[in-house]
Amino acid sequence: MGKTLVQKIFDSHLKTEPFEGTKVLNLDVVMCHEITTPIAIADLEWRGKDRVFDPTKIKAVIDHVTPSKDTKSAVQAKILREWARRHDIKDFFDIGQNGVCHAIFPEKGFIRPGYTIIMGDSHTCTHGAFGAFAAGVGTTDLEVGILKGVCAFRQPETIRVNISGSRSKGVFAKDIILEVIRQLTVNGATDRVIEFRGEVIDAMTMEERMTVTNMAIEAGGTSGICMPDEVTLDYLWPFIAEEYNNDRSAALNAFKAWWSDKDAEYAQVLDIDITNLEPVTTVGFKPDQVKKLSEVSGTRVDQVYIGSCTNGRISDLREAAAMAKGHRLADTVRGIVAPATTEIYRQAMNEGLLDTLMEAGFCITNATCGACLGMSNGVLAPDEVCASTTNRNFNGRMGKGGTVHLMSPAAAVAAGIKGELCDPRSLMK
Amino acid sequence: MKSFGGKVLFLNRSDINTDEIIPAKYLTEVKKEALGPHMLEDLKLDGFDPQSDRTAAASVIVTRQNFGCGSSREHAPWALEVNGITVVIAENYARIFRQNMFNCGMLAIELDAAAIDSLFSLADADVKCAVDIDKKELTFTSPAGNQTISFSVAPFDEALVRAGGWVEYADNNL
Ligand code: SF4
Repeated sequence: MGKTLVQKIFDSHLKTEPFEGTKVLNLDVVMCHEITTPIAIADLEWRGKDRVFDPTKIKAVIDHVTPSKDTKSAVQAKILREWARRHDIKDFFDIGQNGVCHAIFPEKGFIRPGYTIIMGDSHTCTHGAFGAFAAGVGTTDLEVGILKGVCAFRQPETIRVNISGSRSKGVFAKDIILEVIRQLTVNGATDRVIEFRGEVIDAMTMEERMTVTNMAIEAGGTSGICMPDEVTLDYLWPFIAEEYNNDRSAALNAFKAWWSDKDAEYAQVLDIDITNLEPVTTVGFKPDQVKKLSEVSGTRVDQVYIGSCTNGRISDLREAAAMAKGHRLADTVRGIVAPATTEIYRQAMNEGLLDTLMEAGFCITNATCGACLGMSNGVLAPDEVCASTTNRNFNGRMGKGGTVHLMSPAAAVAAGIKGELCDPRSLMK
Repeated sequence: MKSFGGKVLFLNRSDINTDEIIPAKYLTEVKKEALGPHMLEDLKLDGFDPQSDRTAAASVIVTRQNFGCGSSREHAPWALEVNGITVVIAENYARIFRQNMFNCGMLAIELDAAAIDSLFSLADADVKCAVDIDKKELTFTSPAGNQTISFSVAPFDEALVRAGGWVEYADNNL
């Protein structure tokens, strides 16, 4: 019997199996942000164990609330900042160079196929786009990861999702993952990894694949994962060329060694043909409540939010700007763009995208999680509605009493222009 | 090991997420105690009052499927813990929440749908639940009668509960 990519990673990283079915894995990367890490740091200090297992394997960023909004968030940032200094954690990103964790860490080239990665953040599954096992954990798992470089998992089964067909106009990676979540439901992948396969995934850029794996957790998945291929190699090449002595085929062979074997066993196989898929959005408060935008057009929108670890990357801003060009936001709509990292911000500025979006009436904020979780800016008032490129439409997520509809950047901008949800194809040139 | 058992709070809904258990705006707190007054503040459930005496008296939650989905925030089990709730009983959990419970030395017990249904048939009355970890038994007492249900827990998770959490366990064993 062959093995899946995840089984191969578990086998190669196994430290011990203290009880049958519980695998303690050695970690390649432990990622930290200022919301879930400070309590772990404080607890380690309190236990007299203020140590880190390997400062080169720890990456840290201040991203959720930055610049700090009040004394409490300033204290969180200060705890993380001082800890990074104290332990000589060089890969630490603060104001002026920071960005949303799941966008900035790939951008800096920290992810490799076959890696094990944890972070105190549920969307850590994003990094599975590179063929890594990347899982969100709580603060206690994070704390042990920081101290010991290990994490315990029940070995997950794998669901293979084959995505085939051709994409029609107006259908983006976001529409595809929302369709997958609709079919799997919000806990259809609990304790499982979703392996994204098929011609549609093969043809995707790394940015699109990250949009897809980012939302594996919305179906309950431990992680989402793609096979590392030439697209992955192109993305990582600037960071790894030296490691492989400039030999691309050697690197590609190493990547392919991680691929799931042909006779690997899957808990479930789901085939999805997207040929007839239309632009979609969510309704209600669960991400599996997905509807065609054409079915819910006319719903009033008060705010448009373009950003987050799902859809705040440069390709997303390009799509948003392409839709916005030559239009203005409706008078009743406020538009907010938060480029996912400082680098993306600069690139969007240099490409003129920010200018186009500002012409259309958008406000541009610094790179931060922002409105995505309603902790700092962009909070909704009760009964307000946001067309958002983020990943969660939970009750209260962007502000108590507010409603969030998840969709692609093009669809969100289209909603802003019309002042109501609409099929983005109606505005596409 | 923590102590387990007491009055039961019934939350008759599936997919209760961690944003509902403790909203993101309180995540700037660095002391667990500060989360206490905000537990379940944004829960969308008809007739539920986060400030009621029944909520305040609870030590055990009984609920449906996929409890604790969404954000990884361990603030969710902490908010329960500082309110004296150290046991949740559900059909199943989101993985991260379940692990967070055991990592904190708390119990996330899974029962099948029929058993959960039978517990909800008691839901209107004052119900108490006693937990016997050695025998793996839950005993529910209510005016309508008593019920004893056995449960299982993965050996690793039990070891975490007995050790008082994952940090203690990892430090002593790894
Ligand atoms: S952008 Fe939103 S989902 Fe992504 S890490 Fe930030 S808060 Fe979490």
